[in-house]
Amino acid sequence: MEEAVRFTLNGKPTALTVDSDRALLWVLRTDLELTGTKYGCGAGLCGACTVLVDDKAVRSCSLPVKQVQGKAVTTIEGLAGDGKLHPLQKAFMEHDALQCGYCTSGMILAAYSLLRANPRPSDSEIVEGMEGNLCRCGAHKRIIEAIHAAAKEMAGG
Amino acid sequence: MDHNEYLKLDFTDDHPGLPMTRRAVLQALGGGIIILFTGGEVIAQRTEGRRGSSGQGLPDDFNAFLRIGEDGAVECFTGKIEMGQGVVTSLAQELADELDVSLDSVHMVMGDTDRCPWDMGTFGSMTTRFFGPALRAAGAEARAVLLALAAEQLAKPVAQLAVEDGVVFDRADRNTRVSYAELAKGKQIAKHLKAPVKTPDAFKVIGKPTTRRDALAKVTGEAKYAGDMRPPGMLYAKILRPPAHGAKLKSVDASAVSEVKGAQVVRDGDLVAVLHEHLDEAEQALSKIKADFEIPQLDVDDRSIFDHLLKVAPEGEDVARGGDLKQGEAGAAEVFDKTYLNSYVAHAPVEPHTAVVQIEGKRTTIWASTQTPFGARDDVAEALGCPPQDVRVITPFVGGGFGGKTRNLQVVEAARLAKLAGKPVQVAWTRAEEFFDDSFRPAAVVKIRSGITAGGDIAFWDYHVYFAGTRGAEQFYDIANHATISHGSGWGGAPGSHPFATGAWRAPGNNTNTFARESQIDIMAAKAGVDPVEFRLRHLRDEKMRGVLTAAAGKFGWTSAKPSNGRGCGAALGIDAGTYVATMAEVEVDGKTGAVQVKRVVAAQNMGLAINPEGAKIQMEGCITMGLGYALTEEVHFRGGEILDRNFDTYELPRFSWLPQIETILIEDRNAAPQGGGEPAIITMGAVVANAICAATGARLLQLPMTSERVVEGLAKR
Repeated sequence: MEEAVRFTLNGKPTALTVDSDRALLWVLRTDLELTGTKYGCGAGLCGACTVLVDDKAVRSCSLPVKQVQGKAVTTIEGLAGDGKLHPLQKAFMEHDALQCGYCTSGMILAAYSLLRANPRPSDSEIVEGMEGNLCRCGAHKRIIEAIHAAAKEMAGG
Repeated sequence: MDHNEYLKLDFTDDHPGLPMTRRAVLQALGGGIIILFTGGEVIAQRTEGRRGSSGQGLPDDFNAFLRIGEDGAVECFTGKIEMGQGVVTSLAQELADELDVSLDSVHMVMGDTDRCPWDMGTFGSMTTRFFGPALRAAGAEARAVLLALAAEQLAKPVAQLAVEDGVVFDRADRNTRVSYAELAKGKQIAKHLKAPVKTPDAFKVIGKPTTRRDALAKVTGEAKYAGDMRPPGMLYAKILRPPAHGAKLKSVDASAVSEVKGAQVVRDGDLVAVLHEHLDEAEQALSKIKADFEIPQLDVDDRSIFDHLLKVAPEGEDVARGGDLKQGEAGAAEVFDKTYLNSYVAHAPVEPHTAVVQIEGKRTTIWASTQTPFGARDDVAEALGCPPQDVRVITPFVGGGFGGKTRNLQVVEAARLAKLAGKPVQVAWTRAEEFFDDSFRPAAVVKIRSGITAGGDIAFWDYHVYFAGTRGAEQFYDIANHATISHGSGWGGAPGSHPFATGAWRAPGNNTNTFARESQIDIMAAKAGVDPVEFRLRHLRDEKMRGVLTAAAGKFGWTSAKPSNGRGCGAALGIDAGTYVATMAEVEVDGKTGAVQVKRVVAAQNMGLAINPEGAKIQMEGCITMGLGYALTEEVHFRGGEILDRNFDTYELPRFSWLPQIETILIEDRNAAPQGGGEPAIITMGAVVANAICAATGARLLQLPMTSERVVEGLAKR
């Protein structure tokens, strides 16, 4: 059903009239032209489409856009604030925690959500938190290292 | 056959054909300043020659590889693409070093068929081995030409000049200087000079661990992939797919598609698609189509496939042979006859096949997720009935390929639909389409008959590989009486071999061959009562292989200690793309469930000169992690032509919880030519895990993947 959906997108108030059953992923990528969020499986099985809704990681491929009504959505494009990279983005760069980069947006936002809930996670807590995000290139080792490094920086070193 | 020779046979991009003429290259260069200048040449934006059709080799003119702009920025042109393997960084390092410019000043232009020299494709770990030397030579020659120009301008002998960061200066007086950009300005001089590439002692950028240059774009979401392209008016296409391979479309009723506002049905023979300005709505509209297919009855599935393959296998061809098998067997005290199996495996890049095609008059522009942009160009030209010169393929970042993005089916689909629609069209496969239309790594069988003497030496080795091909088939141990025979291609196989398309998958064939060979070696070592590492060393004369094995063993702390608590260690060796690999692993096996956890992996690799040692290590880690998948879970389930895996719920990729402690060792050999890096470290993963499982439990698994069910079966058979 077409209806007006209002939410905050990367800090900016956003309103659009769409079939509100459409998945947030496609509304973001097409209607709102934010292509940093990726399609990988369409069934919430890979995490490439991960975005933050009220600072929690969700699978945008499986979330009807009406469910973000009145909420705050953050995509990878909105993570860096005031031209400054987020510590997770910096850590992913410094640790070479990516290869093809296609899963990277989802990895970083899943890690963001993880660190909000648990600012200094152990290895096994990172593994548990990231388990649903797939990386085919095999960057896992460095992603874990990058998340530790970002956690450290966010905690003030 | 010499190992390098057969590698070349399998994968040479030193393609015969006419090199582009110098004049054609000059004409091909765009505006701005070029370093090879020619009086009065009209520099056209494009020429036919630059984009000539297939059959071209690499050009002999360095201008095809690089261009220095007025601002001093250096463009590096390569037909190779970036799909995560890191050549966006390592190729830039090679050019920066040879030219003596800063790495930051080099901008990579990759996989653009209008701007880059012809290339066969990015696969076979060939970029650094074959394109790298040509790029370095181009950089070295350009540097020499620029030095000569500087000598003229500064009125100093070349020998008195030095270059730093793209600025030529007088060694005696650094203020007497001129930049590459200034030298290029306004001049058009055709000059070629013979210039040697740098020797390793002069390297400044090559060999230096360097972080990825594409990371910033990738962590901010700025990096563009084919699906992110959206020329004005573009429609998304969703294509009607058959339920099984070989199915024929009998009838189609698309009348209900009109229920979806804005959806449009197009048809060209068997190609039936729905177009819409939103991808998800195109998908919804596609679900309204009713279609009947005639599905051929194929009496083969993922269990019976191996018998089928052996039945249809052609006569074998010798890969290698030496000594006398009969004589060898006569001297054997123990003979081992084993059959190894491995299943079809999917590439499963997280980015599915995607292409955007825009046709404007005669010109067709394509953004494609492809490992073979020039192949895509030619395929589209054929499909549209136009000359290849009218088609330009631009390759943005590719979200993983692993050998799977070489066929360009989605590119041709998008081109046909764009032509029908009269508008730009994007085809982006769903995950289910990705699992259906992939060219899987072929299921394969290896039969080995081998023996050891009473003294524990390998008496003979009779090796037959079916449908995995020759890559990695030839053994490298010191065995006097041996034969290696390959039956059927490791790529597609003859018609009737496989029920669907098969093709190259990261280190094609070598995963299968290394699994079989290294398992058999362990079986013989166990019977001989010799530690498997010691047994290998006794049969290895190759110093390079001994080097990687002893390095891995040292780091791993290899001992012959008896396994305990379901834990055990294994070793495996292999050669791929000229690179030598030794891998050791420790596993833990749950005796009840059959679940295998790989606890630790140590891999040592000799790849000659490593252009970017950090990048090389990342590739090794990626190979090890990805390799756990084909070792433990990955297999395509199918019944006839129907693919039963549609998504990641049944087709299991390695996850964070699988991750072992990984340690990598690069054995530096800076004076040796650089060898492949994207594939070698994956080839040992099946074997090393199988050998470790056997060490832990006594169960010898002969089939990949070693799923928990197969481990439980193996445990019961002990």
